[in-house]
Amino acid sequence: MSAAPRAALLEVRNLRISFGGLAAVRGADLTVYRGETHCLVGESGCGKSVTALAVMGLLARNGRRKADRLAFDGQDLLRLSESRLSKLRGDRMAMIFQEPMTSLNPAYTVGSQMAEVYRRHRGGTRAEALDRAEDLLAKCRVTSPRLRLGQYPHQLSGGLRQRVMIAMALMCDPELLVADEPTTALDVTVQAQILRLLMDLQRDLGLALMLITHDLGVVARMAHRVSVMYAGEVVESAPAAELFGNPTHPYTRGLLACVPVPGKVRRDQPLGSIPGVVPRIGHGFAGCAFRDRCGQARAECARTVPWRTSGEHGYRCILPPGWAGPASLAA
Amino acid sequence: MRVMRNAGLATGAVIVGAVLFCAVFAELLMPHDPFAQDLTRRLLPPFWMEGADPNHLLGTDQLGRDYLSRLILGARISFLIGIFAVIVSGLIGITIGVIGGFFGGRIDDVVMFVITTRLAIPLILVALAVVSLVGSSLTVVVLTLGLLLWDRFAVVARTTTMQVRTLDYVSAAWAAGCSRAWILGREVLPNILSPLAVVATLEMALAILIEAALSFLGLGVPPPLPSWGLMISEGKEYMFFDPWVIFIPGTALFVLVMGINLLGDGLRDLVGAAEVR
Amino acid sequence: MLLFLARRTALAVLVALTVLTFAFVLTRLAGDLAIVIAGPEARAEDVEAIRRAYGLDRPVVIQFLDWAWRAAMGDFGQSFFYRERVSTLIWERLPITLTLGLVGLAIALVVALPLGILAALRENTWIDRAVGLVAMVGQAMPSFWLGLILMLVLGLQLGWLPISGTGSWQHYVMPGIVLSFSAIPALMRLTRAGMIDAMSSDYIRTARAKGLSRGSIVLKHALRNAAMPVVSITAVQLGFMLGGSIVIETVFALHGIGFLAWESISKNDFPTVQAVVLLFAIIYIVLTLLADVLNAVLDPRLRAS
Repeated sequence: MSAAPRAALLEVRNLRISFGGLAAVRGADLTVYRGETHCLVGESGCGKSVTALAVMGLLARNGRRKADRLAFDGQDLLRLSESRLSKLRGDRMAMIFQEPMTSLNPAYTVGSQMAEVYRRHRGGTRAEALDRAEDLLAKCRVTSPRLRLGQYPHQLSGGLRQRVMIAMALMCDPELLVADEPTTALDVTVQAQILRLLMDLQRDLGLALMLITHDLGVVARMAHRVSVMYAGEVVESAPAAELFGNPTHPYTRGLLACVPVPGKVRRDQPLGSIPGVVPRIGHGFAGCAFRDRCGQARAECARTVPWRTSGEHGYRCILPPGWAGPASLAA
Repeated sequence: MRVMRNAGLATGAVIVGAVLFCAVFAELLMPHDPFAQDLTRRLLPPFWMEGADPNHLLGTDQLGRDYLSRLILGARISFLIGIFAVIVSGLIGITIGVIGGFFGGRIDDVVMFVITTRLAIPLILVALAVVSLVGSSLTVVVLTLGLLLWDRFAVVARTTTMQVRTLDYVSAAWAAGCSRAWILGREVLPNILSPLAVVATLEMALAILIEAALSFLGLGVPPPLPSWGLMISEGKEYMFFDPWVIFIPGTALFVLVMGINLLGDGLRDLVGAAEVR
Repeated sequence: MLLFLARRTALAVLVALTVLTFAFVLTRLAGDLAIVIAGPEARAEDVEAIRRAYGLDRPVVIQFLDWAWRAAMGDFGQSFFYRERVSTLIWERLPITLTLGLVGLAIALVVALPLGILAALRENTWIDRAVGLVAMVGQAMPSFWLGLILMLVLGLQLGWLPISGTGSWQHYVMPGIVLSFSAIPALMRLTRAGMIDAMSSDYIRTARAKGLSRGSIVLKHALRNAAMPVVSITAVQLGFMLGGSIVIETVFALHGIGFLAWESISKNDFPTVQAVVLLFAIIYIVLTLLADVLNAVLDPRLRAS
């Protein structure tokens, strides 16, 4: 973790997203710094993907987005018109998705889909764009990249398609890359390759990478900073080493107890589990959403819970910092 | 949304119900004998025009027959054609479709071939030719349309049967050793009925429209029966001076078909039969 | 791909042969053709003479094979009514019907595609419902009646268009509009459904994430994928439209194939009826085959397999 000057690239304050009567995100705070990998973790349905889509302005039509601040490099994204925003998307901020099988248009070649982004944002001839596409495919470790440009998505495997998606996202040298569970749909061996690739690209290109995952092993390997989401809220956020060394929110502790992190969990120690499921939250819900599943719950958990910080480590819980003792994992 | 759909369904039901009422109780509703000619009172205008005769609310036709009475009896003809053509075509189409969908394989290939061939045959042209060759009567028109309009029944019955056949509880019935006939009758047929009911409304509307077209071309229901298509055909010569003679039966036809389609559309949303178009 | 086309073509030929048989059987529905041709007042000797002259005294199978062989060669014999070769009659009138069909199709596409796309982009709004209502009205409209109403309004009242005949391009406008009504509902609904499907797909989300313009997303990425079923239905609809031209040509006195069909049916002119039934069927078969080929070209997944 470098000590380079830290400039915030993406700032999210009190982001609220709802679909009809259902609150998907209820006040999420998030800061992604330049050149850092920021992992967003949590169970399915906790609002990670929706948060990422809201940042990109890609919510489905019935999704409503509100926030106190949503800024990319100081620019207020909330005030940006759709056409101004679309000039930013694919150029300075790019996104890759969970489903490489369906995320590419079946009717066009890889080359034409890649060239299209570049020409939209940077202009130039098709030949120039295709040359750039070839370079990037090579950089994404795609074999015989020239050949791939002329192929259609259905001719490629899932892993290759995700590499194409990544290369396509990098066409315009974005500062921010949002990756929404980019390996979930892939085979295990391919998963490792894609993550390795993302890690190397992040480092080599100095990308700010917002990586959404539910895999804490991935987080341990890749993240500079981690935000843990639960039921539409960020419940804990800290630099990776601090989070793994000193998890404070009961949910984070429970989550870590469920996963064998190499070197952190003893061989004979049984893995934990969190009873219950993520609740569906309607409007007007107050207090900590985790309280029904929490071993530490008290009466005051039903009231508004404060955001406590110590240094770069913040969490949303009534418990004091270090309540469980440092560096020990909840069983 | 829901309200709009139900409004459509309700409108359709009211229209169809009203016309059906006229068709069933035509004898009670008709103010005059629809066949009685009075050449001294030809082409009397309807009530909203000047010179209307309060005795003939919708005026009289070129032979002095009461237009309202003919219109009411015409409703009966439309319904007879629609209902019986749908029964005939439904029997043919559902049988063919269920056989193809249920047995699959070679049998289904043959069924697909039969459906494709039927679609290749020009509908109105062949209907006209058959009626012309065999001679026009209500029965001939019903049978001809029934023998030609079964394609959509067959297509929908085939796809829905295929879907039902692969459902878990049908597989379970197979595994439990139930006979083919039992599975067809108890598992498959009840489950494909609702989409087929939607098809029936669409086909009924189509049959009524085609009958009107055949009658308009002079090869449908024979005169002096007051088919709405025939009324338009007979009024055609006078339409430049008295446009209402084609306007009245045409509107009746349009409204009835629209009503049946609204009913079918509402039904489709109600039973969730998205596969029918 | 080649295998697919070969199978598709074989099926088309088989269907054509079946329709050929059907067209022959159709004209035998009336019973003894010779009596029908000779007319009600003919004497027995006349009927016998006609029977020999037209070869109707031969066994039915021989008659069929003879007719089918000639028909396959493009020879449909002599028209009873027009005293001309049927093939000549058809060739003279085909351009009129094809023009009418293409005008109708063009109008239908120009109306249905934009409205279908619009309805999809504004799904569940009043615009969507208005478009749905248009489809429904189009479906319920009796074409011959619409033709007459247009004649009264556009022809007589406003005097914009000629009422009947084939003199100029204006003569095709009204029949084209009427004909397009039969294709618009299906085309519009399919375009709408396909576009709704495409617009909610993952690749459209990718296109948006790439920052592409709205026009490029809708027209290049979504429409291209929604187009495949629309192409199929367009071919089918054009086939139906040509078949339906019989009503419209009769209303507007356009002397095309449809009018020829109507006249030959009313005059018991069997060779012409057979030929026209076969012609429309073959046009339909060729069109659907063409649609399959076009789809294979449009969809790279089909092209490869």
